[in-house]
Amino acid sequence: MAAIVQSFDSKASATPSSSDAIMRVEDISMRFSTPDGVLTAVDDVSFAVRPGEFLSVIGPSGCGKSTLFNVIGGLLGGYEGRVSVAGETITGPHASIGMVFQEESTFPWRTVVDNVAFPLELSGMAKAQRVERARHFIKLVGLDGFENRYPSELSGGMRQRVSMARTLAFEPKILLMDEPFAALDEQTRLLLGDKVLQIQQQLKQTTLLITHNITEAVQLSDRILVMTYRPGKIKRIVDIDLPRPRTSDIVSSEAFGRYVAQIWSDLREEASRGMSDDEKTRQGGHPR
Amino acid sequence: MKADAMARSRVIPPLIGFGSLALSVLAFEVLIRLNVISKFIVPPPSEIAMSFERIIVEEHVLQRFVATGSEVLTAAAMLTVVGVSIGVLLFQVDILRRATETWVAAMAAAPIVLMYPLFLVIFGRSPWTIIMIGFVAALPPVILKTIEGLAGTRRVLINVGRSFSMSESQLFWKIMLPSALPTIFVGLRLGLIFALINIVGVEFLINFGGLGQLINELAERYDLAGTYAAICFVILVSIIVFALTERIERWLTPAN
Ligand SMILES: Nc1ncnc2c1ncn2[C@@H]1O[C@H](COP(=O)(O)OP(=O)(O)OP(=O)(O)O)[C@@H](O)[C@H]1O
Ligand SMILES: [Mg+2]
Repeated sequence: MAAIVQSFDSKASATPSSSDAIMRVEDISMRFSTPDGVLTAVDDVSFAVRPGEFLSVIGPSGCGKSTLFNVIGGLLGGYEGRVSVAGETITGPHASIGMVFQEESTFPWRTVVDNVAFPLELSGMAKAQRVERARHFIKLVGLDGFENRYPSELSGGMRQRVSMARTLAFEPKILLMDEPFAALDEQTRLLLGDKVLQIQQQLKQTTLLITHNITEAVQLSDRILVMTYRPGKIKRIVDIDLPRPRTSDIVSSEAFGRYVAQIWSDLREEASRGMSDDEKTRQGGHPR
Repeated sequence: MKADAMARSRVIPPLIGFGSLALSVLAFEVLIRLNVISKFIVPPPSEIAMSFERIIVEEHVLQRFVATGSEVLTAAAMLTVVGVSIGVLLFQVDILRRATETWVAAMAAAPIVLMYPLFLVIFGRSPWTIIMIGFVAALPPVILKTIEGLAGTRRVLINVGRSFSMSESQLFWKIMLPSALPTIFVGLRLGLIFALINIVGVEFLINFGGLGQLINELAERYDLAGTYAAICFVILVSIIVFALTERIERWLTPAN
């Protein structure tokens, strides 16, 4: 694993020393005990993230991406290894990490603006000021005009954008996003991807994006971490050497296509391994 | 399309409701006059209507209405404060919850009203006997639904709170309680039904207090029309209490 960690960089020319990395994930393993025995969801994963970097984690469904995300966010205990932010070992939720979850996570009893203003409310910001801030982020995710609606009045993709705006309003140094675009159509996905890049560049936010969409990963990332199917190990770390600033137009370039093809061939192996695993289960093999 | 528009109208559904009520009253009137239903079991609605004046002037039904109403409201206030608090406590102390949940549920089915002698000994022949019986009888649904609501808070919503570094008490007040509120209101509405039934029942049994006592007296005098007129006031109490609850619920959970 150490070899991969050290081989990841071409632009910074040197291996990031511990002072260089804003976040380090070292030898993380997470096992769940299930009725069928111990399930290793994440197996010895290590990587480091530079300040301001956009890193995507890509891998087949069930490979342990969300588990890794919860470990990094300090929401899950009982793992092996160490996660540190700016040299400080994480023992629980960290004030500099903001999370956007895979599942629908808006508060149904709050309007859009009150959802987005939630972290500001916690920090004690005055009402008028936090409403103004919230409106800014609502506009950023393209939901202006829906400020006073309740989540039940919005579509799934719109709700996911509300959650994203809420986390952005928290203004975390490190943004963890677990498939935030999964419920969106391809066009909205690309446009919102542009928005996220803009915000990320403006705020110099370090971003970890979990996805299983290759195009999305290549469009947005500085590096892509490809994971194997169960147990979730790092298969490869790919540097994306495409010019910045990027917009969704880059999708049609030739270099882009090469990256997509490379990652696709990596992933196809893993995905088919996952599929045949599921097949076995379905055909009366041992359930997981 | 047309039926849909009608259902959404503000006027038409209540109009249909009132219409069918009026129609069934009319049907009763006719059936009783035709002697299909004996007037010694159900007095004709017209007679009930005419007895209203009598029970208002002679039997002071309005004062009794206020008495029963305030007993119900007192019990409701106690239910909200005590019932929800017990629910929260049981939810948070897992061992207490496991130890008590079964018999709290069993208590919901117990005819508490039959324990009135015990309450009489403790609280005397006072409104408090009545209020306490209504309150105790209505506790189980409030407690159980409070626990259910809190336990049903979606994991991811709590994770959102934790990712914002919220304290345990912030998590409770800002996430778990609001998320549980609609379910807690289901418990409160059920509890109010229990409370009202038991309060009027005890008044009837111990022959003390508001509308229940009046119904007892009128029934004993075999004043059937008066009895039914008094029952109308019980229904009025229930309508008012429920309208109030609905108001409060809509104010507290505007999203639904
Ligand atoms: N709390 C848990 N208890 C037991 N097993 C779990 C638990 N959480 C996750 N798992 C298992 O760990 C594995 C990885 O799950 P995880 O949610 O991390 O996958 P994922 O990569 O996020 O998948 P997807 O792309 O479908 O969201 C799965 O096999 C899952 O069944
Ligand atoms: Mg996941």
